[in-house]
Amino acid sequence: MAGQSQHEPKRPGTADPPMVRIALITVALVFLALFLFIPVIAVFAEALRKGIGAYFAAIADPEARAAIRLTLMTAAIAVPLNVAFGIAASWAIARFDFPGKQTLLTLIDLPFSVSPVISGMLFVLLLGVRAPLGALLADHGIRVIFAEPGIVLATIFVTFPLAARELIPIMQAVGSEEEEAAIVLGAGGWQMFFRVTLPNVKWGLLYGLVLCNARAMGEFGAVSVVSGHIRGHTNTMPLYVEILYNDYQFAAAFAVSSLLTLLAIATLIAKRFLERRVVPAKAEHDDLAIKVAA
Amino acid sequence: MLPGFGLSLGYTLAYLGIVVLIPLSTIFFKTFTLTWPQFWAAVASPRTIAAYRLSFGASIAAALVNSVFGFIVAWSLVRYEFPGKSLIDVMVDLPFALPTSVAGITLTAIYAGNGWIGRYLAPLGIKVAYAPLGVAVALTFVGLPFVVRTIQPVLGDLDQEYEEAAATLGASRLQTFALVIAPALIPALLTGFALAFARALGEYGSVVFISGNMPMHTEVVPLLIMSKLEQFDYAGATAIAVVMLSVSFVLLLGINVLQRWSSRRLAA
Repeated sequence: MAGQSQHEPKRPGTADPPMVRIALITVALVFLALFLFIPVIAVFAEALRKGIGAYFAAIADPEARAAIRLTLMTAAIAVPLNVAFGIAASWAIARFDFPGKQTLLTLIDLPFSVSPVISGMLFVLLLGVRAPLGALLADHGIRVIFAEPGIVLATIFVTFPLAARELIPIMQAVGSEEEEAAIVLGAGGWQMFFRVTLPNVKWGLLYGLVLCNARAMGEFGAVSVVSGHIRGHTNTMPLYVEILYNDYQFAAAFAVSSLLTLLAIATLIAKRFLERRVVPAKAEHDDLAIKVAA
Repeated sequence: MLPGFGLSLGYTLAYLGIVVLIPLSTIFFKTFTLTWPQFWAAVASPRTIAAYRLSFGASIAAALVNSVFGFIVAWSLVRYEFPGKSLIDVMVDLPFALPTSVAGITLTAIYAGNGWIGRYLAPLGIKVAYAPLGVAVALTFVGLPFVVRTIQPVLGDLDQEYEEAAATLGASRLQTFALVIAPALIPALLTGFALAFARALGEYGSVVFISGNMPMHTEVVPLLIMSKLEQFDYAGATAIAVVMLSVSFVLLLGINVLQRWSSRRLAA
């Protein structure tokens, strides 16, 4: 992180007494052990409690495979849509001035402040069979709520801000000189976009994609509301974990959980790797933002 | 002049409208179809009030625990060297990346009466899973990254020359901390607290397993909304959701103000 480059332990006036240092590190480690490390180890320990054979049997179960498929399909729809939105929003916000920009930024963040259960409920109110729009769709044989389309919609809603809010500061930090040069030299709009803009923000794009994907595959509350819990049909992996757990199939629940935990750990590693490439640009932008705010 | 303003802004607004604004507006339209007595009966029934009390109480407790320990974690990560530091720095974000249902069943397994940690607490008469304390534990887990990640960059950017100056002028380390370091970190700490609190208020997945979901006792507000939806009591669910959404928006505004204060403090 930014602080490490400035870390200068040799400065006498700024060092804490060794006892204080050891005590604070110990407190931090015990706290993290209780709330982070023991839970992660427990997932794998519980998953393997009935042996490696039972572990793979649980993952290979047809219902588990259906859940994995639906999770992958949901992410495959929600993530590209939200990343495309992130590109459009960051282009408009970082490259142009227009009235209401601050309001637009606040609106983009809105889904973050809505509880997952309420997020799912919005779609039940809008598209459930009791709502006018939902009834209309149902007359045409289209079922949204308690079916896959509802799960996809709820996932798009909860992951909506993730790519945009990563891309906007990066697009701002990169600056527009190279793009202006491309235009002056006669490039068309799309030529400029594919040859200059996209390569400039590619790491930021990937960063937004990784975060968006993790949330899309892991969302539980919102999809729980719209899924209606039909076994083997409208279960994503996090929902399937709940069903197994409530069925007292603990080892199987933790086996599926272990896949999601591996995904989470892979996400964190990818995030750190990408941060190294993205953060210098971002830090520059943060300084800018501070100057503007002051 | 760069191209694509109309296209990108038009697409942004259209997508925002379809994905976020139209769905969000339904909840307010639905609220207007309720009568006052209906609304009042849903938002002020004893069961709902018990749920508010638990949600707010456990969220504040969890955010406070995270403020204290998150501060110590951030301090250790920025100021000290110790083995495993970079691993810990990566892992702090785990609650952001781990699906909440996984967190929920795992914390329940650990803190249940026969679990890895629960078995040592049970003889002391401390019941975590299926009790209000379990709700606070789950909310502490989901809010853990916020305080660490808001304090860490501010602490890293803090110029240590001020500390040196304080020490040179004869301040003890404790005085330096209380009078020089702490005031600079207060806006970031409050921001982290508010973010953790806001996240905890809406949390569902990790709580549903560990709480036991007993009405009046261990039922948080999102769970109450869920059980009303399952009984097709959409009016009741909407009324409570509107109350919670209003609280969230007020918190969002407060967090925006705090963040502006925090960045001004840094720039000064």
